[in-house]
Amino acid sequence: MSKIAEGLLYSESHEWVKVEGNIAVIGVSDFAQAEMGDITYVDMPDEGDEVEKGEDFGALESVKASSELYSPVSGKVVEVNSELEDAPELINEDAYAAWIIKVEMSDEAELEDLLDAKAYAEIAK
Amino acid sequence: MEENIKLTCLHDRHVALGAKMSPFAGFDMPIQYSGITEEHIAVRTKVGVFDVSHMGEVFISGPDAEKYINHIFTNDIRTSKPGQALYGMMLYPDGGTVDDLIVYREFEPDHFLAVVNASNIEKDVDWMLKNAKGFDVKIDNQSEKWGQVAIQGPEAEKTLAQVLKLTNAPEIGFYKYAEGKWNGARLIISRTGYTGEDGFELYTDIKGTQDIWDRLIKAGVTPCGLGCRDTLRFEAGLPLYGDELSPEISPVVAGLSMFCKLDKDEFIGKEAIAAQKADGTPKKIVGIEIFDRAIPRAGYPVELEDGTEVGVVTTGYHSISLDRSICFALVDKAYSALGTKLNIRIRKKVFPGEVIKKRFYQTNYKK
Repeated sequence: MSKIAEGLLYSESHEWVKVEGNIAVIGVSDFAQAEMGDITYVDMPDEGDEVEKGEDFGALESVKASSELYSPVSGKVVEVNSELEDAPELINEDAYAAWIIKVEMSDEAELEDLLDAKAYAEIAK
Repeated sequence: MEENIKLTCLHDRHVALGAKMSPFAGFDMPIQYSGITEEHIAVRTKVGVFDVSHMGEVFISGPDAEKYINHIFTNDIRTSKPGQALYGMMLYPDGGTVDDLIVYREFEPDHFLAVVNASNIEKDVDWMLKNAKGFDVKIDNQSEKWGQVAIQGPEAEKTLAQVLKLTNAPEIGFYKYAEGKWNGARLIISRTGYTGEDGFELYTDIKGTQDIWDRLIKAGVTPCGLGCRDTLRFEAGLPLYGDELSPEISPVVAGLSMFCKLDKDEFIGKEAIAAQKADGTPKKIVGIEIFDRAIPRAGYPVELEDGTEVGVVTTGYHSISLDRSICFALVDKAYSALGTKLNIRIRKKVFPGEVIKKRFYQTNYKK
């Protein structure tokens, strides 16, 4: 049974969002990391890149498969978690601590389309 | 689950061990138990056990058996002694590959065992029967009666001797086998594998296979799934039918022409292979390394600096044992020489790479 952290918002494609003012901190859920198995590489955008809600901004790679990452919100990437470049396994260890990118949101109303922990629990099984 | 999917005789064991299961070649097979990386490392450094009961066992016997096998098989079976195995292919007349297989010469005269890929059992048996006209042979597909486990890794020999009490294991040479018994049933102890490490493949009946598996797991041997079977064979430079060999990919294209013996009088596909060897083929399977942690996967395009597509990745990984991002790719012959600079497109980015030798990992066979 995978963990679902309370207080975060979730997308149906298994990304989580933690809202800090107008910044969306984005990662993937524990369910997503468990489905992937050992993550060996995280393909991330560059700081300053624009991301669009619902469009892919990178990918997770396990030994066997790759899985695209979809941005839950639109905006500008203000920070990427460079720790993941050398230690992608941090996502396996704690998917809610290992954030991937921080996005300065251009439309905070997009957050309303995301799921709360309870609604996401219905999907992540 | 897909209808009519087949189960091996160890299926309930995989489920009980909590394996991640997935359809492969018509069977519901374990992809991984503890994780591909951990299982891969177990085989490279200690020992692991694989369920390969999905593989096909076709027994070929009769007065014309040797002549018949040399007709359908690219290697020269006359060079094998009783108890010896040869690797080779069955080909279509145009040189395309029906399957790659191992043929064992049994100790009983005029008796052979062909072990074929699970995905091809039906196609292979049809092909064998179709090409048996005029030969006095019996072709007996016993795939459903036999189970098979592969015990692979530097401690494989010790594991056979200590856990399974197969104390003759050290005397069996590479690509040779010994006859044995397991609870009264025939047991074939073969020093073969698909990992690049020393190891054995044990063939026996269903009950015996279950008993052998249970003993190995109880003794702490790491159960290994098809996930690491693929990463291991890939590192060792071994082809997988469907990826590096196919009706469109001949052994010459795949760089395996050493298993096609053109000094034999004849075999199906010989003329095509001779011509391909003489004239070259439009495409070749090569190894490519990219200098990044990104992973080149099957289907990704191989490109020149100006974006022209010159090939496609057939298998690729971030190699577990070598910590390098490498792949097999089918590329235009003009770009197949070692050292050629080629790019691989991975999603939106292009990664520079170079053609390298296909045997990525130094194999550790007991010769």
